[in-house]
Amino acid sequence: MDRHPPPAPPLLSLVGVSKSFGTVHALQDVSLELRAGEIHALCGENGAGKSTLVKTIAGVHRPDTGHVEVLGEPTALNAPADAQRAGVAVIYQEPTLFPDLSVAENIFMGRQPLARGRRIDRRAMREAADALFARLGVRLDPDRPARGLSIADQQLVEIAKAMSFDARVLVMDEPTAALSGVEVDRLFAVARSLRDNGAAVLFISHRFNEVFELCDRVTVMRDGRYISTEPVAELTVDDLVHSMVGREVATLFPKQDVAAGDTVLEVEGLGRTGVFADVGFSVRAGEIVALAGLVGAGRSEVVRAVFGVDRYETGTVRVSGRRLPPGRPSAAMVAGVALVPEDRRQQGLVMEMSIERNATLTRRWALSRLGVLRRRDEERAAAEWAERLQLKAGRLSDAVTTLSGGNQQKVVLAKWLATEPRLLIVDEPTRGIDVGTKAEVHRLLSELAGRGIAVLMVSSELPEVLGMADRVLVMHEGRIAAEIPREQATEESVMYAATGQKGRAA
Amino acid sequence: MSGPDETGAPAAGGAAQTSPPPAAPGPAQETREEHGGGVRTGRRIRQARELGILLALVLLVAVTALVNPGFLSGQSVRDLLLGATLLTILAVGQSMVLITRSVDLSVGSVMGLSAFAVGMMFVSFPGLPTPVVMAAGVLVGTVCGVVNGVLVAAARVPALVVTLGTLYMFRGIDFWWASGRQINAADMPDGFLGLSRVTLLGMPLPAVVALAVVLAAGWYLRNYRSGRELYAVGSEPAAARLVGIPVDRRVFMPFVANGSLAGLAGVLYASRFGTLDATVGTGLELEVVAAAVVGGVAIFGGSGTVYGAALGALLLSTIDAALPMLQVGSFWQQAVVGLLILVSIGLDRLLALRAARRLRGGGTRGA
Repeated sequence: MDRHPPPAPPLLSLVGVSKSFGTVHALQDVSLELRAGEIHALCGENGAGKSTLVKTIAGVHRPDTGHVEVLGEPTALNAPADAQRAGVAVIYQEPTLFPDLSVAENIFMGRQPLARGRRIDRRAMREAADALFARLGVRLDPDRPARGLSIADQQLVEIAKAMSFDARVLVMDEPTAALSGVEVDRLFAVARSLRDNGAAVLFISHRFNEVFELCDRVTVMRDGRYISTEPVAELTVDDLVHSMVGREVATLFPKQDVAAGDTVLEVEGLGRTGVFADVGFSVRAGEIVALAGLVGAGRSEVVRAVFGVDRYETGTVRVSGRRLPPGRPSAAMVAGVALVPEDRRQQGLVMEMSIERNATLTRRWALSRLGVLRRRDEERAAAEWAERLQLKAGRLSDAVTTLSGGNQQKVVLAKWLATEPRLLIVDEPTRGIDVGTKAEVHRLLSELAGRGIAVLMVSSELPEVLGMADRVLVMHEGRIAAEIPREQATEESVMYAATGQKGRAA
Repeated sequence: MSGPDETGAPAAGGAAQTSPPPAAPGPAQETREEHGGGVRTGRRIRQARELGILLALVLLVAVTALVNPGFLSGQSVRDLLLGATLLTILAVGQSMVLITRSVDLSVGSVMGLSAFAVGMMFVSFPGLPTPVVMAAGVLVGTVCGVVNGVLVAAARVPALVVTLGTLYMFRGIDFWWASGRQINAADMPDGFLGLSRVTLLGMPLPAVVALAVVLAAGWYLRNYRSGRELYAVGSEPAAARLVGIPVDRRVFMPFVANGSLAGLAGVLYASRFGTLDATVGTGLELEVVAAAVVGGVAIFGGSGTVYGAALGALLLSTIDAALPMLQVGSFWQQAVVGLLILVSIGLDRLLALRAARRLRGGGTRGA
């Protein structure tokens, strides 16, 4: 725990680092110091830029401006191998394992212990893996393939991998999300022993109790910017939440007040083992209901189950009083449900097809005569929607890839709005979209609700949730943790519920 | 992943069975128990795959021998091994490419080009020593492999497209070079043509070469870092990049090795058949991929062994030799091969599902 005197340079620091992806500024002028012998927490909402920062330290992303210093020396981390050489080990949020290879090989890939003639020493490798698992206090067979491991066990393999580096800087991106209490305690013990041996640990977690229990200092990020770095001992949970969200709810959201009509969607007791459980809620005509929560809380899974893309094991879904058969998207579409998926590039659009083709894809039967789809009909239908949504496109016959993210999203919306749905489900409607287009998408959603469509919106962006929703359903670890009406919804109340802080949610 | 030990990977000999129980069953034990239930399952399943082919092979040979005892005569077995040689060598090279999640469809053309090059060298430079010509034949294949590898790894064009293109390109070069000519046994020295008749410990020399190729490749893939990294790249390319594996180099290398092996196969073809034109090896690529797939090499990369692929090649060759003896018409031979591919892929799927169920142990964590 002893602090080094100030002259010792930090083990690793970021100096004025910026990184953009297209028009999205993921990091803007971020600085961060990781000192020897500290556990440093990194906090921020979803989308604050934490994962981009981690990937910059890991050598996956190269900063556009600014640089990384190792022991005070500017160092270019151009590839993961560079970062490894600099003594950086990373536990990623998403496990990155080789399913076909054994657990031991996953841990030591590229660094296997060698016997004579540069041959891999399998026995030594297995023993080293067993020793790592013993340190973590878990039983995992080093010889079994990684395929089929539970998420928690995958995470343990990642942790063992990171430990095996004897790293000077260990980065843990939400390592505890899938772990049980005992496993978390073991992990913390390992982190503390690394710290006491002079390493620096960067710890990312949405669980404030973990931050306060484990960490020495905490850095807060918001919207890709550095906000503050303070010793944990001088902070309260309220301070932390406030600096994470601390901004005015922007007036970006032209929400119309609409008198809610009849219940359109009714979900009861929806459950799927290990994913979500006991999910029940309803959405009325003209209402915008937001499904908030942290990444991995099960929001997308729930709406996918409602639409029938994914299975569910228990519960019922009713649209306008009629029960939807599970696992049949076509039935949901007939009943008037539309789903705008989270990943529009992979699930929402056929990227190489033209704009007009994409926009009319859901209506290809309605538009065709005697089974023949005429180009002219397609063009007319597409032009009409392009006008209504103020689509900014060169020609409608161009491929969708030529559009910006926001305009692509409009094409997806057009495609589904053309089916004249009663219930519109949108999953992260403005992810990766620039601010101007965001406002347009919001205006559109609000307008749709005004026309009596029930809107169910999954969103990780708190301002969007608070600005748009009539009611906020907050999910935490597969369950609905709180239902907060518009008047009572604040960034704090939603964050508390989303992070599982019991009894503090409104 | 793990080769059957009897094929000669002494390093691992039975270690799986004798390893000590994992240390320190701490308080987390009860949470892990369900996962510990599937201990060693994975390894056993992967071995079962190769044993299955071996079993099918033994069964086929036994049945054929019962019907026609001549099938097991020394000469017949030698012919069988000789016949399997080319396919085996090509299947080994193809497996390395498949393991990295690529495919090389140009092998038939490469083999044909190399064979014709060997013949042309004997015709044009009669004074050249035979070993030099043979090395040149392998080199022709290597160059073709480099072309494939550069296009796939550096230009990042999908391997299926690149090698489909080079399949026609290499064949085209072959046709242009041959321009209708045929090279006959009379054009080549007797020493070269006689190689196939040389036996070593009762095995034809080419079969010994094939066996050496199988063992060397299997040994390399199992015991060297770069070999294991081929599996890593094929299993999950993104993860391979994150752990610092030079992915492009690992994708490139198997194409070169496969090209060299196709070149070697061309040399052996020239030596064995003595009659060469521009059509040598036409259509062979699919048989090679079939042998690897039947042998348990996953078409999507990351798993399978060259031992399995070699067994697959041996099985396909044996079917070719056995069906006529069983009075099965040639029409049915192809159908049988097709059925075998479907059965083996179905079997893989079944084993994978069962393994997944057992390894997961039914324990999903609470929502």
